[in-house]
Amino acid sequence: MLGYAAKRGAMAILVALTVSVICFLLVNLSTDIATAVAGEGARAEDIEFIRKQYGFDRPLIVQYLDWLSRAVTGDFGDSLYFRSPAADVVWSRLPTTLILGALALSFALVLSIPLGVVAALKPNSWLDRLTLTIAVVGQAMPSFWFALLLIMLFGLTLRWLPISGSETWAHFVMPAVALGYYATPGIMRLTRAGMLEVLASDYIRTARAKGLRAPSVLFKHALRNAVIPVVALAAVQLGFMLGGSVVIETIFALHGLGYLAWESILHNDFPVVQAIVLLISLVYILLTFIADMMNAWLDPRIRIG
Amino acid sequence: MASDILSPALAHGGGLGDGTATSLGGVLAPSPGTMLRRRIFGHAGLMIGATALGAIIAMAVLAPWLAPHDPYDQDLARRLIPPIWHDKGVWAHPFGTDMLGRDYLSRLIYGSQISLLIGFAVMAISGLIGTTLGVLAGYFGGRIDLAISYLITTRLSLPVVLVALAVVALIGGSLWVVVAVLGLLKWDRFAVVMRSATLQVRGLDYVVAAEAMGCSTARIVLAEILPNVTGSLVVVATLEMASAILLEAALSFLGLGVQPPLPSWGLMVSEAKAYMFFSAWLINIPGFALLALVLAINLVGDGIRDVSASEQRI
Repeated sequence: MLGYAAKRGAMAILVALTVSVICFLLVNLSTDIATAVAGEGARAEDIEFIRKQYGFDRPLIVQYLDWLSRAVTGDFGDSLYFRSPAADVVWSRLPTTLILGALALSFALVLSIPLGVVAALKPNSWLDRLTLTIAVVGQAMPSFWFALLLIMLFGLTLRWLPISGSETWAHFVMPAVALGYYATPGIMRLTRAGMLEVLASDYIRTARAKGLRAPSVLFKHALRNAVIPVVALAAVQLGFMLGGSVVIETIFALHGLGYLAWESILHNDFPVVQAIVLLISLVYILLTFIADMMNAWLDPRIRIG
Repeated sequence: MASDILSPALAHGGGLGDGTATSLGGVLAPSPGTMLRRRIFGHAGLMIGATALGAIIAMAVLAPWLAPHDPYDQDLARRLIPPIWHDKGVWAHPFGTDMLGRDYLSRLIYGSQISLLIGFAVMAISGLIGTTLGVLAGYFGGRIDLAISYLITTRLSLPVVLVALAVVALIGGSLWVVVAVLGLLKWDRFAVVMRSATLQVRGLDYVVAAEAMGCSTARIVLAEILPNVTGSLVVVATLEMASAILLEAALSFLGLGVQPPLPSWGLMVSEAKAYMFFSAWLINIPGFALLALVLAINLVGDGIRDVSASEQRI
């Protein structure tokens, strides 16, 4: 297990470094930073001054190492739009996105695990087919249209929920549903497949033969084993949600990371964009690492193989 | 289970081949070709999906003849006419007009060209990259597999939407920029699935036999491996096509994808946002069109998976 963890950990660190190179090059190869920092209407000599002052005239590799050594200490430079340290801007927006991600994931799990279990208990029944239909249609639904439909129904017509902002918990309901439903088909299918496999296994037959009551077999024996890969998938899905929240946050004017990313991209505020892309990538790498460890702990074939 | 360098957490993208078993009763077994045809035509999802997809493709190809008006023709005197199922609808504009007085049906019809173009082009680019990487990793294993798994993991840890938005913003949005950016970003699932499919095929007798006969590596990969992983390839291709169409719509919705006045369905929803309370059809018609197209593609993909999975059982 330790050897496996070390191998995975080394890969994770290598990937993290590569991602940092990509974040750096993404900006440095596609725009002239000195011009961007100088702002619109700057004179040529101002741009040259900034180029020397900020060290943009040095070789890329030197600039990268300089940028990375600062980034490790949490210094991503100043936001060009907010005129304050990029890291502070990002940190201040992080809680909103984390709350949104946690709520969206909870919604997805609460909806999809029971549906997956029920579908597995009666495979090919009308209920199984119904959940499958929901999954197939759900996957095809454009998230922004779904979000707008929620706004029209619950925000404008019924007036039950606020449609923009993040002041109260009620503000998070629709964004969490709109972001979370996208993860439900995958989790539902995996729960169903896992339960089908576990329910057909010998130890469930033994438990039933011992005369244990059905709910005890179902929850204590079956679900507990079927759900661990689901938790691993959920961790990866959370990473996707952080990256995908930009659409939902923009629609609901939730001032989290996704909204900040969109604003910063429009304002050409690259220090903030770099910080967000790097942060989300690192969180994803970490979550995938945790998911791998969980899967390996569950299934010895993975860590030995 | 073969030694797996690639993260198992990512392997769910490759959960293929769990199609339903078909019982082959009857005394006289029909020929395999007949049975394949029966399975294809007996699969409701596949038939519905293929019909809908065919209709949308026909709509895109025949757009100049089908569209009643020029999709770019503005007429401010005739703006925000509701569609025909509303009381105030007129037959001259069956789906109404938008805030600039452009005929909505014509824009919808021309919009299908953009979505399909994005879907097929992104699928082709990412499929070429991902299949090459996946088959090489699965066939050669060892260091090559390690290197390609590292590439896949790196790609997966980058948030696609954010990176695509940033790149489009930096180099400027256009149809072809969106195609290139998505094509270069979305090869990961092809690589993951092709890699595991190749791993499975690699140890089979006919590949070993070809190696023993001294066939060149190129021949083995192209003539023995590739034809036998096309089932998985087609399924991933449909999934990726659907996902590329949704991504383009999302990018255009955010204003950093296909640019106005092109009638991208995502852009149409975005432009109509401000009018959605009184003119809900403006966002619902393109939204529903996207849903129908993506659903049709997914049904075709699921159907092909089911049909080819039961073929292997004979």
